[in-house]
Amino acid sequence: MVKTILQRFFQMIIVMIVVTILVFLMSYKISNPVYLLLPETATDEQVAEAMKELGLDRPLYIQYGIFLKNVLHGDFGNSYFYHQSALSVILEKMPATMELVLVTMILTILIGIPLGVFAGAYPKRLTSKATMTLSIFGVSLPSFWVGMILIYVFSLGLRVTPVSGRGAVGTILGIETSLATLDGWHHIILPSITLALGNIASIIRLTRAGTQEQMRQDYVKFARAKGVATRKVLFGHALKNTLIPVITILGLQLGDLIAFTTITETIFAWPGMGKMALDAISQNDRPIISAYLLMVSGMFILINFIVDVLYTVIDPRVSLGGEE
Amino acid sequence: MTKSGQKNRGRLRSSQFYYNYTHSPSAIISTILIILIAFLALVGPYITPQNPFDLSSLDLSNAYLPPIGSEGADPQFILGTDQQGRDIFSAVVYGSRTSLYIGVVGVVLCSALGIFLGVLAGYYGGKADSIIMRIADIQLSFPSILIAMFLMSILGRGVGNVLIALMLVGWVKFARTVRGETLKIRKMEYVDAARVIGLPNWRIIVQYILPNVMTSIIVLATMQVGTFILLEATLSFLGMGVPVTEPSLGMLCSDGYKVLSSGRWWVSIFPGLYIVFIVFAINMLGDFLRDELNPKLK
Repeated sequence: MVKTILQRFFQMIIVMIVVTILVFLMSYKISNPVYLLLPETATDEQVAEAMKELGLDRPLYIQYGIFLKNVLHGDFGNSYFYHQSALSVILEKMPATMELVLVTMILTILIGIPLGVFAGAYPKRLTSKATMTLSIFGVSLPSFWVGMILIYVFSLGLRVTPVSGRGAVGTILGIETSLATLDGWHHIILPSITLALGNIASIIRLTRAGTQEQMRQDYVKFARAKGVATRKVLFGHALKNTLIPVITILGLQLGDLIAFTTITETIFAWPGMGKMALDAISQNDRPIISAYLLMVSGMFILINFIVDVLYTVIDPRVSLGGEE
Repeated sequence: MTKSGQKNRGRLRSSQFYYNYTHSPSAIISTILIILIAFLALVGPYITPQNPFDLSSLDLSNAYLPPIGSEGADPQFILGTDQQGRDIFSAVVYGSRTSLYIGVVGVVLCSALGIFLGVLAGYYGGKADSIIMRIADIQLSFPSILIAMFLMSILGRGVGNVLIALMLVGWVKFARTVRGETLKIRKMEYVDAARVIGLPNWRIIVQYILPNVMTSIIVLATMQVGTFILLEATLSFLGMGVPVTEPSLGMLCSDGYKVLSSGRWWVSIFPGLYIVFIVFAINMLGDFLRDELNPKLK
């Protein structure tokens, strides 16, 4: 097992290097920072001189080397817009995004898994069929539109929730978070529901498929023949085996959630790093864009690695290949 | 009708699939909805009261009229108008044309790429296989919305660019499925037989492999059309999708979002509702097809 984990770790490093190359090429292609620094009236010589000063006239691979060295030192450059280091801007915005993702994840698990188990255990019941149709509906909803509807109904119509923003922040374990205040919870409800809807729908489908498969297994039939109550079979035996793939998918969905915070945060004016990334794209704030992409890619790759490793730990039947 | 045509029809009629299809309300309803949506998109330009993207046909004095049923509505604009006096109903119909075009063409492109690479990996194996599957694995660890946003920020807005981005985002699913099935089919006796009589590889692929992976492709493709329509709408909502000159449901929503707080809900609600309607119909059909044809597909 140690060998496979090492192998995956090595793979992870390679992927990370590929990502830095892609991000470097993108930021190289998107814009030339010289034009942002110089006045519009600058002559060709001035441009050439500035490019020389910034090292932009050197071969691409040397520029990439410098970029990689800076990145490894945590230096992504200074944001053109915030006038401070891109890394510190992102770290400042990260807690807001993470608390949103956390609440969404909890909602997904608390609602999605029980509904999925129920629909899988009693597939013929009307409530199960309704759940499945609703879950198709759930994956058909554009998240930006759901956010708008929720704002329209609950914030503008019923006036029970605030329209936008993060609300007051308090401190839990030294981290500034809106989860520490009632006002913060008030603000987080709508964005996290928006983010959770699609996720809940797909978790329901997966849990149902898994439960159905387990219900056909011999051990379930045996337990039933022995006279064990269906509920006990379901939660005592079947659920454990169903949860293995569900945990994997939850891990992978974490990545999707982080990506979708860009949209949700924009709609609810949530001051997290997703909104920051989209703003940076429209402001052409190159250091922020590349820092964001590298940070979230790093997170995705790490999540994948952890999920893979966890998989072998939870389910000893799985080998990641390589070993027999 | 030819004789073989009649025979095929008889075979279809007596098949399990046909029976299940005609006895599944959700399959029939979703088919009818899809036909209606496609019909509306096709005849759209002939039945809508105005061409909402022809600036000369717009009248600013008609701006922000509410939909019929509310006070101050004009019966000419059943779903109301936006800030430029554009009829929302016409705009939604025109926008659905873009959505369907991008969804269908995008799926055709990405399934072509995916099938090609999948067969290459599954049939020939070796280096090509490991390279293609490695790339697929890496790509799968990134959310497709982020890859699409990344690509669009490099390529810039445009219908063609959206299609390129969708193709690069979507090929992985097709390639993995096709590869898996090709690996299985390649070991079948009829493929061995074909090889023994000396058929070239390309004929084995076209005659024996492709027809057998088709059912999975159909299921995947149906689901993917819905996904792509949502993805296009999201990109356009963020201002990274189709250009402003093209009608788009996502862009209509984003225009309407700016005036939502002033109570003009119809500008953004109707376009979004129509996206949900289209994608829901497609996903219902896709769900039925998956259960019937290949329950193993995710």
